[in-house]
Amino acid sequence: MATVEDRKALVQEVLEAYPAKAKKSRSKHLNVTEADASDCGVKSNKKSVPGVMTTRGCAYAGAKGVVWGPVKDMIHISHGPVGCGYYSWSGRRNYYIGTTGVDTFGTMQFTSDFQERDIVFGGDKKLDKLIDELEVLFPLSKGTTIESECPVGLIGDDIEAVARKQAKKTGKPVVPVRCEGFRGVSQSLGHHIANDTVRDWVLPKADEYRQLPEGYEPGPYDVNIIGDYNIGGDAWPSRLLLEAIGLRVICQFSGDGTFNEVVMTPLAKMNLIHCYRSMNYICRFMEEKYQIPWLEYNFFGPTQIAKSLRKIAAQFDETIQAKAEEVIASFQPRMDAILDKYRARLEGKEVMMMVGGLRPRHVVPAFEDLGMKVIGTGYEFGHGDDYKRTADYVGEGTVIYDDVSGFEFEELAKKMKPDLIAAGIKEKYVFQKMALPFRQMHSWDYSGPYHGYEGFEVFARDMDMAINNPTWSLVNAPWAE
Amino acid sequence: MTENTNPQVPANPSEPGKIQDHFDLFHTDTYQDLFEYKRQFEGAHDRDLVTETAEWTKSWEYREKNFSREALTINPAKACQPLGSLFVASGFEGTLPYSHGSQGCVAYFRTHLTRNYKEPFQAVSSSMTEDAAVFGGLNNLKNGLQNSYELYKPKMIALCTTCMAEVIGDDIGAFIQTAKNEELIPQELPVPAAHTPSFVGSHITGYDNMLVSILKTLTAGKKAETTNGKFNFNLGFDPYIGNLRELKRILGLFGIDYTILSDNSDTFDSPNTGEFKMYNGLTTLEEAGDSINAEGSFFFQKYTTPKTQDYITKEWAQKTYNFRPFGIKGTDEFLMALSAVTGKAIPQELQQERGRAVDAMTDSQAWIHGKRVALYGDPDHVFGITQFLLEMGAEPVHIVVTNSNPDFEAELREVLTNSPYGQEATIWGKKDLWHLRSLMFTEPVDLLIGNSYGKYLWRDTHTPLVRIGYPIFDRHHMHRYATLGYQGAINQFNWIVNTILDELDRKTIIPSKTDISFDLIR
Repeated sequence: MATVEDRKALVQEVLEAYPAKAKKSRSKHLNVTEADASDCGVKSNKKSVPGVMTTRGCAYAGAKGVVWGPVKDMIHISHGPVGCGYYSWSGRRNYYIGTTGVDTFGTMQFTSDFQERDIVFGGDKKLDKLIDELEVLFPLSKGTTIESECPVGLIGDDIEAVARKQAKKTGKPVVPVRCEGFRGVSQSLGHHIANDTVRDWVLPKADEYRQLPEGYEPGPYDVNIIGDYNIGGDAWPSRLLLEAIGLRVICQFSGDGTFNEVVMTPLAKMNLIHCYRSMNYICRFMEEKYQIPWLEYNFFGPTQIAKSLRKIAAQFDETIQAKAEEVIASFQPRMDAILDKYRARLEGKEVMMMVGGLRPRHVVPAFEDLGMKVIGTGYEFGHGDDYKRTADYVGEGTVIYDDVSGFEFEELAKKMKPDLIAAGIKEKYVFQKMALPFRQMHSWDYSGPYHGYEGFEVFARDMDMAINNPTWSLVNAPWAE
Repeated sequence: MTENTNPQVPANPSEPGKIQDHFDLFHTDTYQDLFEYKRQFEGAHDRDLVTETAEWTKSWEYREKNFSREALTINPAKACQPLGSLFVASGFEGTLPYSHGSQGCVAYFRTHLTRNYKEPFQAVSSSMTEDAAVFGGLNNLKNGLQNSYELYKPKMIALCTTCMAEVIGDDIGAFIQTAKNEELIPQELPVPAAHTPSFVGSHITGYDNMLVSILKTLTAGKKAETTNGKFNFNLGFDPYIGNLRELKRILGLFGIDYTILSDNSDTFDSPNTGEFKMYNGLTTLEEAGDSINAEGSFFFQKYTTPKTQDYITKEWAQKTYNFRPFGIKGTDEFLMALSAVTGKAIPQELQQERGRAVDAMTDSQAWIHGKRVALYGDPDHVFGITQFLLEMGAEPVHIVVTNSNPDFEAELREVLTNSPYGQEATIWGKKDLWHLRSLMFTEPVDLLIGNSYGKYLWRDTHTPLVRIGYPIFDRHHMHRYATLGYQGAINQFNWIVNTILDELDRKTIIPSKTDISFDLIR
């Protein structure tokens, strides 16, 4: 059993490879948790060190790929050169229901495809014309967001002016999102910028834009699901649970969400937020502006689901609380069956995680439900408040790595020898070449959902499938042993 | 307001013990009801209006509106320059691709390549932010070069730029020299650099820019008095690593001494040994440096490599040859030229293979003959497929090339005009896959050939899709096969004919209705 001191020594060893300046800077981002610490003790949300192979993306990825992109009935323009929109095209598995290209647009790529002349003369006219063309070809769209790419901010275009003009002309929302990739240090600022555009460009006109369901009366149980991006359908089992305990979900923002749902949000009695990192900003704003309280929940694994359902129900009356108990009880046999089957196969297995958003902490208890132990975790783009929250989730001696570099992650994994690594696509095959079982924790490795009780069943199956995959036993040739 | 009549959670899965993931779960009544209930909050359009509008998007009227677009691009079939730069750089020994500019770009390139090949792809970034936008990226580049050199110990760093570095005008040549002068990286470390903004050209342009820079860097001062007796080969932005291996096999059969300029076949297909090896580029720096002394250079993607070929012709005074060894005739021409240039006879084994390929094509030809085809992709890629389709008597109808150019179009048009099967074809240069959607609705075809993004056209128009191209994210292992040479011809028409036969089975699978033609023997 490795002690805190052992692991600290191991972190030091890894840092030795860096040149002095980089070593100094990276050493603040790596730590080992001590007993009863209230924080993970790492710096975060700082600039990545050049050349070390960060896994981070950019503000555009956070704004277009995460926050706005899943709003299914709006058209999201990758404004600038062709690449950003191309690489992020249909890559995130934000499931939605709709007729793509007619009333929904989630798996399409819209771009202004900047050429050199647009850089020289500016792209505002092109943008203006482009929105005209969208109106002709996609009359059922519910509006447009403009996600600007690096050059747009550098050449001084005024996308806000175009947005104002076109919003007036089309009678639909046109939201300029200044998410150029060089802004901030990661995707995280893109989330914030996108949240701010909801605050500044959408909510002030919410009453005007909103179409209420026929006969809709605000009710005491109206809630919003905030920060679930419906990866592999995650938001749907979550919605199912909330509705089953008697709440009325009036908005999903943004997985499988619509623009109308976004403008429904101020009518809710409470914001229930799953991905705190990407959507806390708008929740805080709505709390201040509309006095809507917000509550974080965690729908990974039966322990946290039950805890979260009770926590949510406690905000409402006894009928809701009673239903929450019913729902938890009704799923218990299913969960017992799953745990029976998979604990036996996974007990004691050790995991290293590295993801974004909420997962580096939220998924820890789901692994623990399966008898597994998380020995290392870290965020791509977390902030101090994320690491503070993480301290409640992880045990003593957990290695914490913020904005881990490719080199650090490989070296730590070689030394710590986990049974499973749970990170992203860029890491997956590095570790699989080391014969280390791996699951993608951004895309659920094309599986899912992982949220809710039904999602946990899939999660358990998938973790077992990765670790107990029979091909690992084939890696070494028999004559080489 | 519809009441939520079904807020009950199913206490048990439909089949006890069966775990339902997204493929089944969301088709259950519980979730179908949930979607229906959710709909009232969505501000959704009337269903009839959606259906009506969907029909309208299939019309000639819509097509005309769609083709009058001037500013808007929808679903383009092109990526941007650095992707090609990273791709070509990764074929050289010990080479670390480096992207100078904002850091998000490199995350996208790595992700894209990794998803296609299911292989790791390692590359680094200067991680430039707002301060660099104001003061320039010199400090980021200096730190980035030093850190990446120390951590990853590359033999070469191949540096390309992102839009940001280009718009602010970073002088990368001078920056690299500064890093060397300050001894942050060794003077002798080759650091070829290419300007690769996304707003110029596409991924094939970036391929060319990086390749020419690598060759300039590595061959500097290497020109010898005599030639080395070798030939250089370059495949361009060809996603099929099977093609590199097939080419090497062919050259081995000939007994030709060669250098592949960028052999990334192991980069994108390295064995699982339980150990991660970061660098798998197979073209050694020494070989690449000596490529200046070769007898000549063969290129298989003319429109991907104009600058490289111009450089080789002018600066090296070396002869360049352009061939497209795809399909039977394309391969014949290549082999005859190889034989003529090297004075070596066409190996018996290849002659046998040719016979087998022609034999196999003849066996399947009846199913392919006269089939109307839509296809899209890079210029040279589309060229190779078109010439092969014509050989089989298939009729290319819509040919969409987003990153097209006039010379390519003229050359391909001539091929089409000269074939009885090319008469229906139109080359749609600079158009995108939303244009193609209109084309396929108004002038339907039997078959679509393209990358994974073609699956959305398959869904909408019900035209079966043969996946040939880049990227292919939703089928496994396609890149391992060759499309080049006689073996490649067999692979390609195997994919094509069996897609057609699968589609026929799907069409005839309803008992007592369509299964009259659900034939056992075809």
